[in-house]
Amino acid sequence: MRRTRWTLLLAAALAVPAILFGCASAPGDAETSAKAAAMLKASFKEQGQAKLDRLDQDDMQKTCSEFTGKAMPKDVAERIEKANLASIKWPADGKLLGDWKNGERIAQEGRGMQYSDDPNGPAGANCYACHQLAPQELSYGTIGPSLLHFGKSRGYTDENRKYAYGKIFNADAYSACTNMPRFGHKGILNEQQVKDVAALLMDPDSPVNR
Amino acid sequence: MRLILRRIAPAAIFAFIFVPGVALGQSSAVDEIAKYRAALQDGNPAELWEARGEDLWKQKRGPKAVSLERCDLGLGPGVVKGAYAQLPRYFADADRVQDLETRIAWCMVTLQGYTDADAKRGVFGGPDRKADMEAYVAFVTSQARGAKMNVALAHPKEQEAYRLGEKMFYFRGGTHDFACATCHGEDAKRIRLQDLPNLTKTEGAQKAYTTWPAYRVSQGELRSFQWRLNDCFRQQRFPELVFSSDASIALTMFLARNANGAAFDAPAIKR
Repeated sequence: MRRTRWTLLLAAALAVPAILFGCASAPGDAETSAKAAAMLKASFKEQGQAKLDRLDQDDMQKTCSEFTGKAMPKDVAERIEKANLASIKWPADGKLLGDWKNGERIAQEGRGMQYSDDPNGPAGANCYACHQLAPQELSYGTIGPSLLHFGKSRGYTDENRKYAYGKIFNADAYSACTNMPRFGHKGILNEQQVKDVAALLMDPDSPVNR
Repeated sequence: MRLILRRIAPAAIFAFIFVPGVALGQSSAVDEIAKYRAALQDGNPAELWEARGEDLWKQKRGPKAVSLERCDLGLGPGVVKGAYAQLPRYFADADRVQDLETRIAWCMVTLQGYTDADAKRGVFGGPDRKADMEAYVAFVTSQARGAKMNVALAHPKEQEAYRLGEKMFYFRGGTHDFACATCHGEDAKRIRLQDLPNLTKTEGAQKAYTTWPAYRVSQGELRSFQWRLNDCFRQQRFPELVFSSDASIALTMFLARNANGAAFDAPAIKR
């Protein structure tokens, strides 16, 4: 009798964490993620400039992968945004905008970082792949919002210039798990290139604002 | 026909994309591209790959000089008709879930005596060299045209492959933080003017999966599903996906299973 009771108690004690864990994520979900990560490492080979370390996820990549299609708790989103905001390197000279003409070239350029790309060749941000920008360019994608009249409609303020530079440098600082790459943070663009693209959005003479 | 298409295609793409791009508006450009795609359906050079694949399939080849006619694609040795619509699947002899390309390579090893490395070498064709694998794939898939996609998740390894494929679909990494879901997780999105299927929904997965493999006009090549995944990851800025790797099969399992119920309709023709 006594023995049965203890056994039941032990079973219940073991079951409680299992149930809690089960509520937090689908059964075996963490295990599946770990298996998937290991499978990935064995299923890719380095090629050109793309080495296997590209499969090592940072906190944002790992967390956002887990929460795709699920509601993300507010504190988790805030943690990601805070960490990414802190990582932004603001220009030492204080100038946030560069040359919009060069920004347009960067926005059009689709090459860069693919293993088929020359690591010393042109590397762009391919903004038009996902966004409408200058009205003359009709071949634009729709994964991101239209940025036509970005500066004109928002106002040519210091705050908006800072936002444009920061958003291009590290988009997750403003919106956790956004689809947009972190161009400055990941070294896709250098500081001057981030400034040039920011100018494409915020310079009153840029075709985006004309 | 292929030569003519090769010559016409770049001009046609130019005319349809760039000329209306100057003179007309966005919606007209999209309409014209739709017309261009419709025009492509008239004659599909994939038939040349299908015919070559059938011929190669029946030839005595490899160190053992036997044909692939006794290859078991899941419906029994020698049954090609409809087999592709039930792949990937678990094969007891290999104790592994295999997609079509992996299974063909398996048959090349076990029936014809090739080494595994030889069976998996040069599987994607280029300008100067046709790949036998792409011809085999064209032949086998053409024999499933009209068959209903019916991928089972009966065996535990099939279930595991599906779960891992799903994880992989949402896995964000690389320099650009991209996952498959970044471009294929929402309805009615485009990259430039290219429409993107939403592969998280049945309709999108069905439409996309049942139209691969495909003759790619811009490349003058028939492209297999392994190629499709390989090139997606290149653009995703990942390292190179290894042909017939576990990840490639798991992701194929996830997408193929999500296409269940739709009639298979490939090899297709695409831009």
